[in-house]
Amino acid sequence: MTVYLLRRLFQSLLVLVAMSIIVFVGVYAVGDPVEILISPDADQAERARAIVALGLDKPLWQQYLVFVQNALRGDLGRSFVYNEPALQLILQKMPATMELAFGATIFAILIGLPLGLYAGLHPDSPGAKAIMAGSILGFSLPTFWVGLMLIMVFAVQLGWLPSTGRGDTLWGWSFLTANGISHLILPSINLALFKISLVIRLTRSGVRETMLMDYVKFARAKGLSPARVTYVHVFKNILIPVVTVVGLELGSTIAFSVVTESVFAWPGMGKLIIDSINVLDRPVIVAYLMIIVLMFIVINLVVDIMYSVLDPRVRLEGQG
Amino acid sequence: MSSTTATPAPAAKEETPFRRFVSEFAASRIALGGFVVFAIIVVLAVFAPWIAPQNPYDLGTIDIMDGRLEPGAVGGSGMTHWLGTDDQGRDMLSGILYGLRISLTVGAGSALIAGIVGASLGMLAAYAGGRTDSVIMRVVDLQLSFPTILAALMILAFLGKGIVNVVIALVIVEWAYYARTVRGSALVERRREYIEAAQCLALPTRRILFRHLLPNCLPPLIVVGTIQVARAIALEATLSFLGLGVPITEPSLGLLIANGYEYMLSGKYWISFYPGVALLITIVSINLMGDHLRDVLNPRLKK
Amino acid sequence: MRMTLAALALAGAMALPAQAQTLSMAVGAPVTSLDPHFHQLSPNNAVAAMVFDRLVNTDAQARMVPGLAESWSTVAPDTWEFRLRRGVKFHNGNDFTAEDVAFTIRRVPNVPNSPSSFAGFVRPIREVTIVDPHTIRFRTDGPYPLLPQDMTNVYILDRETHENAATEDFNAVRAAVGTGPFRVVSHRIGDRIEFARNDAYWGERPAWERVNYRMIVNDSARTAALLAGDVEFIDQVPTADLARLRGDARVAMSEVTGLRVIYLSLDHPREGASPFVTDNEGRPLERNPLRDLRVRRALSMAIDREAIVARVMEGAASPTGQFFPPGIFSYVPDLPPPRFDAEGARRLLAEAGFPQGFRITLHGPNDRYPNDGRIIQAIGQMWTRIGVRTAVEAQPWTTFVARAGRQEFSAFLIGWGSNPEGSHPLRNLVASFDASRGWGASNRGRYSNPQVDTLLTEALRTIDDRQREQILIRAQRMALEDVAIIPLHIQTNIWSMRRHLRHDARADELTRAQDIRPR
Repeated sequence: MTVYLLRRLFQSLLVLVAMSIIVFVGVYAVGDPVEILISPDADQAERARAIVALGLDKPLWQQYLVFVQNALRGDLGRSFVYNEPALQLILQKMPATMELAFGATIFAILIGLPLGLYAGLHPDSPGAKAIMAGSILGFSLPTFWVGLMLIMVFAVQLGWLPSTGRGDTLWGWSFLTANGISHLILPSINLALFKISLVIRLTRSGVRETMLMDYVKFARAKGLSPARVTYVHVFKNILIPVVTVVGLELGSTIAFSVVTESVFAWPGMGKLIIDSINVLDRPVIVAYLMIIVLMFIVINLVVDIMYSVLDPRVRLEGQG
Repeated sequence: MSSTTATPAPAAKEETPFRRFVSEFAASRIALGGFVVFAIIVVLAVFAPWIAPQNPYDLGTIDIMDGRLEPGAVGGSGMTHWLGTDDQGRDMLSGILYGLRISLTVGAGSALIAGIVGASLGMLAAYAGGRTDSVIMRVVDLQLSFPTILAALMILAFLGKGIVNVVIALVIVEWAYYARTVRGSALVERRREYIEAAQCLALPTRRILFRHLLPNCLPPLIVVGTIQVARAIALEATLSFLGLGVPITEPSLGLLIANGYEYMLSGKYWISFYPGVALLITIVSINLMGDHLRDVLNPRLKK
Repeated sequence: MRMTLAALALAGAMALPAQAQTLSMAVGAPVTSLDPHFHQLSPNNAVAAMVFDRLVNTDAQARMVPGLAESWSTVAPDTWEFRLRRGVKFHNGNDFTAEDVAFTIRRVPNVPNSPSSFAGFVRPIREVTIVDPHTIRFRTDGPYPLLPQDMTNVYILDRETHENAATEDFNAVRAAVGTGPFRVVSHRIGDRIEFARNDAYWGERPAWERVNYRMIVNDSARTAALLAGDVEFIDQVPTADLARLRGDARVAMSEVTGLRVIYLSLDHPREGASPFVTDNEGRPLERNPLRDLRVRRALSMAIDREAIVARVMEGAASPTGQFFPPGIFSYVPDLPPPRFDAEGARRLLAEAGFPQGFRITLHGPNDRYPNDGRIIQAIGQMWTRIGVRTAVEAQPWTTFVARAGRQEFSAFLIGWGSNPEGSHPLRNLVASFDASRGWGASNRGRYSNPQVDTLLTEALRTIDDRQREQILIRAQRMALEDVAIIPLHIQTNIWSMRRHLRHDARADELTRAQDIRPR
């Protein structure tokens, strides 16, 4: 197990290095940060000064080496735009995105799991068909469009919930205050939309398959109550794919909360990264991606470990 | 477990797996309905240049003086715009028909390519294990963590804008999902007796992978696949919303929606509503087929 | 019935006097720093103008008005004297003196890591002399008429407070100390800023005890936040929402013609093939048709500016044939927007040897100016009708601006926000590219006309405003009649607010809380 973990750690390091190189080359190819940040009426001397000030006068490989040197000391560089340490900037925005992603995951499970179970247990009922048809909406409607509709209906027309932004916070978390929670609901639902559909579908297909398994048939034949069969035997088995996907999706939710955050003016990492991409704020882009990659590595590791716990047929030592 | 067989049992001539599949498919009215609707959509998309009242991609035929006309209004050239016009004076009906072509190409094309690439690599990872598995899965980690927008922006910078480049961007973004999913189920499957049996028979690896492992990994792959076709189309819309999608003079359904989005608040609903309906019908029909396909193909659901 | 409602609303308003003292507003562009010398960017300048003051302030029409300097004049051809306001205090109680001005001039070019500094505004100053605590003199290299104008961009800091203040200290609020009408209470980067009124302010007292300044970048979300009542005031109203907002009884608008011109830039320097111009079969043309004045004039005449303003901009712009709207210093009086004349354009093309037209790709950004992507499509339609078959390519500003700066395009749309002084657009957009003089830095079409350069040189040495204006008008007319650029329209700046507010709309686009008052 320790060997396995060490090996994974080493591989992850390689991934981080590869990632940072890709971003450096990528941002370099996309455009010139100084062209974007500089005031249009700056003259050539001022432009040259800005290029030097941001360290962009050196060849790309030298810039990268400087970055690596600093990164080894835990310094991922300063934002071109804000002149704040990139890492600190991202960590400041992290709680907002985290609570949005967790809010969305909670909605996805609370809504998706029961609906999926129902649809799987009674596949031919009209209710199940309605659920399945509804779930299609979840991933066919563009997030930005649904986001605006949610704002239009619940904030502008009905006035039940605030339209945009993050509410009051307590120790940096908004879910600890009533006002904060009211701000959290609409964006969480918006972000959860796709995941709800995913969970419904995974649960339903899992249930349908499991119901036909010998051990379920056997459990039924043994005369166990249908409820026990459902909740103990079936449920346990469908958890694997659901755990995998929800785990996987948690990471991608954080990585892809960009659209929801910009529609709802949610001050999280997603909004920071899209703003940073728009002005090619390379230090922030690099730092953000490093953090996201790290997060994915951890999530994948956890999912793999949980696989082995939930399904003894998968043995960790065998792979690596 | 007894229902799980490595290959379909040899069948009599009149009962090939393909025929059984067709007859089972046809037996489900919903799936058939989905298939018919989807077929109609494909026909409309393919023959759009002959059906559409206007060529919406030719800047010479559209006129901004006809911009934002309501459905049913008659434009300056005497043409009736049954679904209204967009801000450039583009006939929405024509725009939707042409947009269908692009959305279908982008959605199906990218899902298919990403599916083939992702599934092959996922299976390989699970089957080969060891270093191959690690390398592939770390690339998957890398890929999944890369925000779509950044990937698309870079591809745009390297290749320039265009429909093919959007497909490439979507493939690069999506393949990892297939790989992850297929690897997950293949990991379970490859420990099963039938694979061990095949290995004992010293069958070539490729044969084991594609004839034995793949069919049993198909159900989750199809779940992901149908979702991803829809997701690719929606993602293309989002890229368009962020200004990274297809060229503005050749709008896809997604770009039409994104374009009309700005007019939603002012009540000019038709610019994004009708393309939205078209998008919805397309995706629902794909999914109705996909759902049934999954049940038919799932060896474990065979009675 | 209506009376009762109005009475109820009035009673409601009176029952909440504390509420009326707080203003909640949202802006469309993020403020990147509270350090007024770190990043020259409109949203930053707007916030700086709430917290700090300049020697010379500007009014809503962008005219110079006394700020921390009560008056200014030249005491020698190369020396400007500024007489400073007495009794002004910084938020922390420190007195404002000439020492602080001298310190500010020293700090401006030396802000570490600045991506776009204010150094250009103090570079002409050779020597600073403090005559007495309330008089300061700046000596320049020869006569320099633009110094007061430059001073409208330099925010004055306190020597004692800011001697060692870094940009981070401003962002962390502790150094965000000025003489302006508001002080900063809290700041969350890229999200919101809270202000409180500076009760000791020397100028007009702001109406708001507290201001909640939020950044909502997404256009529709910003409008929705106003409609939902989450904020009372927004800027950069998207043109698509104008009709809806104008029809809403709960909402009022304020607008003014701005100083931002949207124009097309053409490929001037290439004599041979231009990268995106081909003949009708798609083969590159041997010579660049855009060097022919007749072709440039034809392309300008073919554009129906009125139609673009009415249909694409929803009226939120004025068609133009020059850099400035009427009423601004150095506006060219008898230079109306080119008349739309497709027939005449076709004739000119035929004269120039292109009776069958040619093909061109028109580039532009799609996320920078209101409706930028739509405008280039509309122009594509119009050019195609005179036989210039036009393909249109819109791309995000990030990739667009670098390519435009490398002269990769043949024709592209871009915008320019002017200072109200003719030399500003002339020097940057049409003067020959010359790094040693700092000219033509934004002249991405690389237009070059020695006569225009000569006139500009002369204008920049002329202290007398009247004389300088005449020279600038001549230079502008010369460049524009030569179609150095194709001006399209000047944008209208639009704000929207709940009915109980009123706002002094500013030509310079800055959104500041002191301009908003209860109705």
